[in-house]
Amino acid sequence: MSGTPIITAREMGVVGCRGCTQVWPQGTQICGRCGKRLQLRDHKSLQRVWAWWIVGMLCYIPANLYPMLRTRTLLTVQQDTIVGGAIELFTHGAPFVAAIILFASVVIPLGKFFAIAYLAISVQRRSAASFGQRHLLYEVVEYIGRWSMIDIFVVAILSSLVQLRTLAAIDPGPASLFFALSVIFTMLSAQSFDSRLIWDVQSRDMGEAKSGH
Amino acid sequence: MQDRLPPQPVPDLIVCPQCDAAYKLARPASGERAVCARCHTALITPRSKAGLQIIAVSIAIVVLVIAATVFPFLTIKVAGTQNSVSILDAALAFSDGPLIALSLSTAALIIFIPLLRVLLALYVLIPVVLDRMPAKGSRQAFRMSEALRPWSMAEIFAIGCAVALVKITDLADVTFGPAFWMFAILVVLVVAQDNFMCRWTVWKSLDGLRKDGLRKDGLRKPERDT
Repeated sequence: MSGTPIITAREMGVVGCRGCTQVWPQGTQICGRCGKRLQLRDHKSLQRVWAWWIVGMLCYIPANLYPMLRTRTLLTVQQDTIVGGAIELFTHGAPFVAAIILFASVVIPLGKFFAIAYLAISVQRRSAASFGQRHLLYEVVEYIGRWSMIDIFVVAILSSLVQLRTLAAIDPGPASLFFALSVIFTMLSAQSFDSRLIWDVQSRDMGEAKSGH
Repeated sequence: MQDRLPPQPVPDLIVCPQCDAAYKLARPASGERAVCARCHTALITPRSKAGLQIIAVSIAIVVLVIAATVFPFLTIKVAGTQNSVSILDAALAFSDGPLIALSLSTAALIIFIPLLRVLLALYVLIPVVLDRMPAKGSRQAFRMSEALRPWSMAEIFAIGCAVALVKITDLADVTFGPAFWMFAILVVLVVAQDNFMCRWTVWKSLDGLRKDGLRKDGLRKPERDT
């Protein structure tokens, strides 16, 4: 399987099913094995990527402005945003947990927004990064996106567990809903991306290089 | 007049779903992996006895999910006051107003979608492993199970637990209920079940003996009526 130059399904006049990898002649509409719609390239892919991306971004803003947790103790009521809560943890001597929270709720979501935008732009114009690197970036984005839900689950566990009547109570704030929506929308954005588009630019470039000789 | 023949699959090729590279189909031996040379996506990863192992693990998962959901999960104790919760309580923590939507989706992500995926896998795999005809709707079931894959988040909930515990251990005493340990095992099994499965092999086995007369090898049976 290696050593020989790669031929794409498009060049061979066939189309591969993305659900079950069965191969069909081009022009077949529906995969006869798994019933998925066959598309040589998903041309609406980028539109859907950007649509989900924008909605995700819109949800991410209130997710950071509103409080994520409302902590009520005997004397005080404290409302923490995502970043505020992490700083709080850091100063209270749990820098490791603070780092996990910051990483899962700030670094990963922001990194995802940038990465998806970069990938979507890079398939339309030339990019300095190699195809392998960009494909790796795509896989990382697809894999890591779900992990942003950690913060929501932490809030869920804390606010169900810490319900000690008058003593102390933790309740979820409105940011949790926006944050969860933001994670879901960015996951949908990443899923809408047709990764075959990354490699098409390579085939096109190689075609130009060949015709140039 | 005969209808146009439905499109015939191209039998001896495999196309990488991620980068569209086409390869001549060569089945790797059990335990080996066929990987796309260009983008390194694993295409075929057969394992011997995988079917039986997956079924065994799946049944264990079903039992554990149900048990882990109803037994107490964590108990907190501060100055004589205590509160214990199950996983379902944790999922349903977002209960006021519009947050109820979040409750429902959390419950789905950590309990119902993992459970549904396992049940779908059992439905698809049991007839295949027993060498029977694939069950009715097997292909839709397997497609649905694959589509739900990114939305099954039990393992992420487990890490969330760890973070939450570190957050409150210096404020209160937390004790683990039986569901906590069940859930810990459950997460390992869910991940294992997912990694044992070779999607290509499952699809291939669902291919056999179909209603439209296509045989396993993709050849058309001779027409009886002329």
